[in-house]
Amino acid sequence: MSRLATMFADLQQENRAALIPFITAGDPSLTVTVDLMHTLVASGANAIELGMPFSDPMADGPSIQRASERALARGVKLRMVLEWVREFRCSNSHTPVILMGYLNPLEAMGMATFAELAAEAGVDAVIIVDLTPEEAHDETALLKARGIDPIFLLAPTSGAERVRTVRELGSGFVYYVSLRGITGAAQSNWEEVLKRVRGLRQELAMPVAIGFGIRDAETVARVAQGADAVVVGSALVEKLADCQDDQAALRVAHSFLQDLAAVTSNNRSAS
Amino acid sequence: MDNYTLPDASGHYGPYGGRFVAETLIPALDELNQAYQEAQADPEFRAELHSELRQFVGRPNPLYHAERISRMLGGAQIYLKREDLNHTGAHKINNAVGQALLARRMGKKRIIAETGAGQHGVATATVATRYGMECLVYMGEEDIQRQSSNVFRMRLLGAQVAAVTSGTRTLKDALNEALRDWVTHVDNTFYVIGTVAGPHPYPAMVRDFHRVIGDEARAQCLELTGRLPDVCVACVGGGSNAIGLFYPFINDQSVRLIGVEAGGLGLSTGQHAAPLTSGKPGVLHGNRTYLMEDEDGQILPTHSISAGLDYPGVGPEHAYLKDIGRAEYVAATDQEALQAFHQLCRTEGIIPALETSHALAHAFALAPSMRSDQSIIVNLSGRGDKDIHTVAALEGIHL
Repeated sequence: MSRLATMFADLQQENRAALIPFITAGDPSLTVTVDLMHTLVASGANAIELGMPFSDPMADGPSIQRASERALARGVKLRMVLEWVREFRCSNSHTPVILMGYLNPLEAMGMATFAELAAEAGVDAVIIVDLTPEEAHDETALLKARGIDPIFLLAPTSGAERVRTVRELGSGFVYYVSLRGITGAAQSNWEEVLKRVRGLRQELAMPVAIGFGIRDAETVARVAQGADAVVVGSALVEKLADCQDDQAALRVAHSFLQDLAAVTSNNRSAS
Repeated sequence: MDNYTLPDASGHYGPYGGRFVAETLIPALDELNQAYQEAQADPEFRAELHSELRQFVGRPNPLYHAERISRMLGGAQIYLKREDLNHTGAHKINNAVGQALLARRMGKKRIIAETGAGQHGVATATVATRYGMECLVYMGEEDIQRQSSNVFRMRLLGAQVAAVTSGTRTLKDALNEALRDWVTHVDNTFYVIGTVAGPHPYPAMVRDFHRVIGDEARAQCLELTGRLPDVCVACVGGGSNAIGLFYPFINDQSVRLIGVEAGGLGLSTGQHAAPLTSGKPGVLHGNRTYLMEDEDGQILPTHSISAGLDYPGVGPEHAYLKDIGRAEYVAATDQEALQAFHQLCRTEGIIPALETSHALAHAFALAPSMRSDQSIIVNLSGRGDKDIHTVAALEGIHL
C-alpha cells in the first residue's frame, strides 16, 4: 500500500481528517526547508505539500506568488526541491510528500526524467495546477508508472463529466478547490462546500482533500467534518514570510500547526 | 496546403494550443466556446458585427500603395493595410468589438482585459462604454509608465486601470492577474483576451475576429493589382494582427507569410522578445507554444522598445505555422524598428506604432531584393501617436 493510502486508512480508524500544510520549497530560506518539513510532521502534519516555485503562478494569490518569487530569487531549482525531499526521506519513511507546481518547469526537465527522479527521492504524489485532465494522459501514465499519484483538482464549477474524467485518471486523492478564486482568498459558505464534497466522496471512490480559504483552527475543525484531508497554505506561508531566521520559522510553524492538528477529528464513525 | 482547418475540436494546432488552466476555468471556457460557435452560426450576430465594424470601427480601411517609399527602395511595391485608421488607432478594436458583442449575448455585465502597450485596453474600454458594461483593465506597472497617455485614455473612457506589481510588471504579469480575476469572478465576468494566445477557444476566436484584415487585404490587392501579393509581413508579439492578415492567405501557396518579432537589443544579447526565432516550446497562459524561458522552465524577462511586443510567448497557431514552414519568422531590433519608424514618417506622412515599425523594418529590407512588379503587403497595425513620448525621450527631448 502507498504511503498516502496507508495514511488515509490509519486516519479513518482514528476518525480524523489528514492535516496537510503547504510550504514553498526554499522559503523563507534555502536552509530551512527540510527542517521545516520535519517540524511540521512533529507538530501534527499528516502529509506535506511542497510547492515547486514557478515564475508565473497564475492560480496563486499574492502570498504564494511572493514566496515563489523569493525562492526563485534565492536560486531554487527543481533538482534542489527533489534533493530536499530525498534528504527528508532519510529520516522519515512514512509521511507522504506531495509536490505542487506548474507544468512548464517539469517539462523543461522532461516529464519522464522528473517522474524518475521524484520517485527516487521519495515523492508520493504530484499536483500540476495547470495540467487539466484532458491534456494529461501521457504525463499521468509516466507518473503512475513510477508509483506516483497524479492529483487532479475539482472546483465548484466542475460538472459531472469532469468528475468522471478525474475519477478515471487520478489516484491517491482528489483536491477540491473550495472556492471560485486563487489561493489565499476567503471562503464563507462552508456548508455548500461540505455538501458538495460529501457527494464527491461517493462519486469518486477516492479520498477528497479540501483546500483554498482555510486559514485557522476554527475552519480546519469545520472542514475536517466532511473532508478526508484539509490543506492549509497561504496562512502558513504568510507567517513564515515574516520570520527573521530559520529558528523563528520553525517555532512559528510548530505553534501554528499544533493548534490546527488538535481539531482534525470528525464525527464520521463509519464512512 | 490547400485545406487548412485548424484548430481541431480540442483547440490544438499540431502539438500547440490546448487548454492549460486552473480547473475552475474549464467550464467557463466550455461555455464560451459553445456561445461562440452558436454566435458564429447566427446570421443576426454576424450582421451586427459587420454593421459595428462598418459604422463604429470605420471598416473597410484602405490598402494603401506606398508609392514614394516603394520607389525609394527600388524593388517590390509596398502596400500598407491601414489598421491604424480604425477607431482607437489599431487593429485591436476588431477583436474587442467581437468579444464585447459575444459578452453581451452571454449576459455578462463585467468585462476585464489585460494590456501591454495599452491599445487593447483602450479598445476594450471603448467597447465596454459603447455597450454599457463595467470594465477593468490590468496593466503592468512598468507599462503604465511607458504608456501613460493610453492609461489616461482608458480612464477617460470610464474604465478602471489596475496596476500589476507582480513578476516583471509587464504584459505577461497583467495576463496572470487577469486570469486570477477571471477565476474569482467567473460567473459574471467576460475576459476579453487581446491576442491569439490563451486557452482554447481564445486563439481561434481572436483570429476569426481579426481575419477581416486579411479578407479585406486579399480582395483589395486583387482589385488594385490584379493578383495576389508575393509577401505578407506583420509584426508578432502575441501575434493577433499577424494571424489576422495571414489566415486568409494560408491556402495561397504562392504568398510568403513573414512574421517579425521584437529583436530588442539583438538576439545574441538575450534582451529581446522573440520566442519563435530563439525560444522553445513550453506551456504558459493556458496554451502550449514557443516561449522565452531559461533551462529550468522559468519564464524569462523580455525586452522590446515597444510595449505591445514585450511578451515571452506567442499564439499557438504561429508556433504551428513555423514548424510546418508555412510562415517564416524573423526579428527586427529596436534600432531597426526606430529607423523604419522615421522612414515612414518622412516619406509617406504616416506615423506608425513602434510595434508596426518592426514589420516595416523587415519589409523595407526585403523590398530591394524583389522585382518592381512584385508586391508586399505590410499590416500597418497601429498608429504611432502613443509612442511619440518614447521616441522623443530617446532623442533627449521631453515633451
